[in-house]
Amino acid sequence: MKILVCISSVPDTTSKINFTADKSAFDKNGIQWVINPLDEFALTKAIKLQESQGATVTVVNVGDAGTEAVIRKALAIGANDAVRVNTEAKDSFSVAKEIARIAQDGSYDLVLAGKESIDYNGGAVPGMVAQLLNYAFVNAAVGLDVNGSEATAVREIEGGKETISVKLPAVVAGQKGLVDEKDLIIPNMRGIMSARTKPLNVVEPSNSEVKVEAVSFDSVAPRAAVKLVSADNLDELVRLLHEEAKVI
Amino acid sequence: MAVFVYAENINGIYKKAAFEAVSYAKAIAGKTGDSVTAISINPTDSSDLLYKYGADKVVNVKDAGLKNFSAKAYAEAINQIADGNIIVFPHTTDASSVAPMLAIQKNYSLITNVIDLPESTSPFQVKRKAFSGKGFMHAKADAAGVIVTVSQNAFGVKENAASGSEEVKELSIANEDTKVINHEQSSGKLDLKEAEIVVSAGRGLKGPENWGMIEDLANVLGAATACSKPVSDIGWRPHTEHVGQTGKAISPNLYIAVGISGAIQHLAGVNSSKTIVVINNDAEAPFFKSADYGVVGDAFQIIPALTEKIKALKA
Repeated sequence: MKILVCISSVPDTTSKINFTADKSAFDKNGIQWVINPLDEFALTKAIKLQESQGATVTVVNVGDAGTEAVIRKALAIGANDAVRVNTEAKDSFSVAKEIARIAQDGSYDLVLAGKESIDYNGGAVPGMVAQLLNYAFVNAAVGLDVNGSEATAVREIEGGKETISVKLPAVVAGQKGLVDEKDLIIPNMRGIMSARTKPLNVVEPSNSEVKVEAVSFDSVAPRAAVKLVSADNLDELVRLLHEEAKVI
Repeated sequence: MAVFVYAENINGIYKKAAFEAVSYAKAIAGKTGDSVTAISINPTDSSDLLYKYGADKVVNVKDAGLKNFSAKAYAEAINQIADGNIIVFPHTTDASSVAPMLAIQKNYSLITNVIDLPESTSPFQVKRKAFSGKGFMHAKADAAGVIVTVSQNAFGVKENAASGSEEVKELSIANEDTKVINHEQSSGKLDLKEAEIVVSAGRGLKGPENWGMIEDLANVLGAATACSKPVSDIGWRPHTEHVGQTGKAISPNLYIAVGISGAIQHLAGVNSSKTIVVINNDAEAPFFKSADYGVVGDAFQIIPALTEKIKALKA
């Protein structure tokens, strides 16, 4: 079985988000880059399938050379090889087009991804890839097993969950729960050393069409100073919530 | 032209997010001078519920094959009906799974997580959440048609009655690549993303056995319960309750955080809440800087007392 895992290089979750002075772009100064945490669940799931079923795992990233550190980390976690599509990721559509092409050319049985990236939060790439390939699509997966040409996925629904059988090839977009947080793999020295020699193929983009453009960005407006209420005076808190904020 | 809107139902019953999406579509239609056509798949609820929020027409798709949800099959059904150049979806799990597939089928632009009415409809430009709530993006669609998904609780449900009409459409969509083998819906539990009030707790509660008082407070308020990441990581609460950057992003009217220090990742998921109350025994907890109201003190005394006082208010 061949698995393709889509990874995105995103600002570390502790990052403060700032924009350039003209508000036209995200300010990358001082930012640490990590594998999108939701993609990490997908990658770990793929490595588990590699161990249990002898699957091969390829990671794909659409990004400039600056994303290679994050790709090497994915290799250190255990992916067999990697592909980087050498272009800055601009919108969901253009990224999905590149990934779909890689998936098609490599005849992957399963395409795994996080359900969204924590930077632009489009949440659109996995579904777009599935439609471009005409594959089945399961979103918000919190469980996955593969058995030959079929997979069984568990997806979160509002107020519950659903178990689905899926014909492969398919695209599955995962989230926390696809694997447990404690099962996420921290690369060891052997993994880091071997990642240096694993193939990282750089390919040029096939398409330049973009459908959504970021015109400008705003920061979150700060809240007014907190009103502290004494723990002995909860009547006042109730009054404020009822009369001032009008939320209860 | 019509603005089309996907009115999502669960087991035939319309979701609040569907009413919000219809309200949003109506507001756009008011700007562009269009009508609103709502599309629903196998609903059992009355279309009157959608007219109330401004749907001029409701197309009810009848298709036994669509009894089970499949993003691809639902996208195909909506594609057969929605022939306008603006299509609105709620940003629910299901609808936001369908929207990207429909965007490819129609060759339309897709802008997700929108939080406000468009700044312009030609070209289409709108404000959306980005960076997990740590920032906003003004996105411009560069195509003939656009699909938007509306972030839940961002626009709100707005009554704006229309004298609507209903059309029943029989479709027969192939739905073979996925098959639902088990469906578990926990009854009576409020949906976290739709809830107007959320009561959330963190490690300050010391153990899962102490969540009873959080649930009591939530019950009195008609609220959903949530938790911080460490709490779901150690298994005190299910990961479906985790709110924050890698969990759920929520925008309730009132968010009450108990024993949560307010790490930047947690704030990311909750800072679009309209009112935030923080209860923590550590006066230095960073969350107080992002709160509207705060109480420094022992949650084990404050929460039961607060629950009684709110009960009295509601009585």
